[in-house]
Amino acid sequence: MTTSAGGTKPTDNGTRGPAVDAALRIFKTMRTIRSTEERITAGLNSGEFRMTYYGVRGQEAIPAAICEHLRRDDYMVTTYRGIHDCIAKGVPLDELVAEMCGKATGTSKGKGGPMHLSDPKSGLMVTTGVVGGGLPIAVGLALSSKLRGTDQVTVVNFGDGATSIGATHEACNLAALWEVPVVFVCQHNRYGEHTRFADFTRTVSLADRFRGYGMEARTVDGNSVPAMDEAAGEAIGRARAGGGPTFLECMTYRLGGHTFGSTTEYMDPAEFAEAEADEPVARYRRWLVQERGIGEAVLDEIERDVVARVDAAVVQAKASAPPAPDELLTDVFSDRGAGPG
Amino acid sequence: MTVEPGRREAPGDPASTMSEAVNQAIDQAMADDPDVFVIGEDIEDPIGGVMKGTKGLSTKYGRERVRNTPISEQAIVGAAIGASLVGMRPIAEVMLMDFFAVAMDQVANHAAKLRYMSGGRTNVPITLRTAVGGGRQFGAQHSQSLEAWMMHIPGLKVVVPSTPREAKGLLYSCIFDDDPCIFMETMSLLFTRGPVPPGRFEIPLGVADVKRAGDDVTVVTWGWQVPEALAAADALSAEGTSVEVVDVRTLVPLDKDTILASGSRTGRVLVVHAATEFAGPGAEIASMVSHDLFGRLSAPVERLGAAYSPVPYAAELEKLHYPDRDRIAERIRALARPG
Repeated sequence: MTTSAGGTKPTDNGTRGPAVDAALRIFKTMRTIRSTEERITAGLNSGEFRMTYYGVRGQEAIPAAICEHLRRDDYMVTTYRGIHDCIAKGVPLDELVAEMCGKATGTSKGKGGPMHLSDPKSGLMVTTGVVGGGLPIAVGLALSSKLRGTDQVTVVNFGDGATSIGATHEACNLAALWEVPVVFVCQHNRYGEHTRFADFTRTVSLADRFRGYGMEARTVDGNSVPAMDEAAGEAIGRARAGGGPTFLECMTYRLGGHTFGSTTEYMDPAEFAEAEADEPVARYRRWLVQERGIGEAVLDEIERDVVARVDAAVVQAKASAPPAPDELLTDVFSDRGAGPG
Repeated sequence: MTVEPGRREAPGDPASTMSEAVNQAIDQAMADDPDVFVIGEDIEDPIGGVMKGTKGLSTKYGRERVRNTPISEQAIVGAAIGASLVGMRPIAEVMLMDFFAVAMDQVANHAAKLRYMSGGRTNVPITLRTAVGGGRQFGAQHSQSLEAWMMHIPGLKVVVPSTPREAKGLLYSCIFDDDPCIFMETMSLLFTRGPVPPGRFEIPLGVADVKRAGDDVTVVTWGWQVPEALAAADALSAEGTSVEVVDVRTLVPLDKDTILASGSRTGRVLVVHAATEFAGPGAEIASMVSHDLFGRLSAPVERLGAAYSPVPYAAELEKLHYPDRDRIAERIRALARPG
C-alpha cells in the first residue's frame, strides 16, 4: 500500500509489538469490531433492522492498539464513524448494539443513536456527528485532568476530513499552548466523505502540518498493530507524564463508502484492491501466527466466541423495547421532564 | 456542595456596578468550589476581561483557574464543555454575543444536546458569559441581542439580568446549575450602580420579577429594555396610566405564571425587547399570552422589538433601530386607549 506521505508498505518487525497476552486482547478487540460490522451490515442488507451506519472496515487496528495503553478512567472522544473506538474503549456490546437499534436498553436509552454513543463508565465521553466537533471538547476533558492533578489521558479520534475544519485547528493550538494531556488520533482513511484527500488539500503530510502548532506529531502505519502499539504507547505515555499533546497521523484506508449503501465509484478499484489485500485484521492474524507463534486453532476459537457474542448482542437488542413515550421530554434539562417554562 | 440559601436585598447593601457584581459572583463561586474555573479572551489581569468581569481573579486564584485563551470561540466553548462532562463547572467568556456565531456548533450541537443524546448519562454544567451591545454605535457585528437563537435550541438556559443585584444572584445560580446557561450581560447596564448583597447570594432561575406594579397595562421585558420600560411607565404615570413592568430575568426557563397573572389582571400586554421583532422572543410570549388569556384580554397582545435591519452605525439610525422609552410610552398609550 502506498501512503499519501510517500511511504512504502512497512513490514511488521517481529521483535516489536505487544506481548502475547496484550496481543491476544488486541486480536479479540479487532475481531469484535469486524464481526459487529459484518453482523450489522448483514442485518441492514436483509432488512432485519434499520439505522444509519458509517463503516469502519480497515480501521480496526488503530483503536485496538491504542486502548491497550488506556485505562478505563481515561477519556475518549470519537465521531459517527466510531464503533471501533467504542468497542475498543470498552462500551458494553449489548448496550452499544441496542443503542444503534434505538432501544431502551441502549447506552442512551435509544435517544442518541449510532452517531451519539457515549458511556462515561467506560470513559467514552462523546461521539459527535459533526466533523471536527469533538476536538475542542477533548481539550476540555484533558484540561480537567490537568486542573485536578490526575494523570488521566484523553484520546480524540477523527478522520483526515476533519483536518480542514476550523474547530480542529483551534483545539490543536489550544492543546499545545496549555500542554494538556491529549492525543489527537487522525485516522487518515484517505477520504473526507466522498472526496479524496488529494482533492481537498495540497498538504502531503498532516503530521508536518500539525507539528506547526508546537506539539509532537508523527505519521504511523495505522494498519500495523506493532507500529500503532509503539506510537500509541509513546504518545499516551508522554501525555500521562505531563509532556503535553501529540498528533498521530494513522495511515489507513476506508474499505467501503462513506456510509452504508453509499457509492464507492469515486474510489480507484486498483487502490481499493491493494488496500483490501493489506486489511489489518487478516494482516494482524498473520503476524500473530508468524511472529508470535500463536496457533491457528487459538485464533479460530477467539473468532467463534466473538461471533457468538455479537449474535447474542443483536438478539438482545432486537428483543428490547423501544424507549417509553415519556422519554421524549426527559433529559432535556436536569429537572426530569422540565421544559422551557 | 451545599449552597446556603441566599439572602434578600437589604437596605444599605453596598452599591456596585453590574460588572463588579458579576465579578463578585465568580469570586464567590471559585471560593466555594475548586471545580469552578474561568476561561476566555483577555480575562487575566491586568486586563481582567474587556468588561472587567474577572478583574483581579487571576491574581487571587492564579492563572491555572483563570485562563486566557487565544481568539478561538469554538475552542473556548468546547473546552468548557469537555471539562464540564466530568463534573467541573467552567465559566467561559464569549466576549460579545455576536461572536457566538463562530461557536454555535459547540453551543447548539454539543452543549445543548449532550445530556439528551447520552440519555442523561452526561451533562454540561457550563456558564457562557457574554456581553451584549446595543445603543453604543458599535455597528452591526457588535450590537446584536441574539437570545432567540439560544431559546430555539432545546437544552439551553437563557438568563438576562437587568440590575447588578440580579446579575450577582443569577450568575451564581447559573454556575451551580447542572445545565448549560447563556448569561447575557447588557453593555449599557454593566457600569450603572445598584445595591448588591455582599457574600454568597443567589436568585433561582425561572422566576420573573415584577419591577413595578400597575393596573392598566403589562409590559413584559428583560435586559436593557427594563430601565427603558420603567422610564416609560414613569411618564405614563403622570398621564394617569398605571403600568406594570415584568422583568422575566430568565427567558429559559420562562416564568409563565408571573406573566399570565399580570396579563390577566391588566388585560393589556406589550412585550418589549432589543432583539429583532420579527421571529423574536416576543412572538413566543405573545402567542402564549394570547392563547392562555383568550377571552380575558381587552386588546390584542402587542410586540415592540428592534427593526428588521442589521444594527446601523449612525447614532440617528441606531436610535430608530431599537425600542426606547419614548416609543415604548407611545405603544403603551395606544394599547391603554379604551376600545
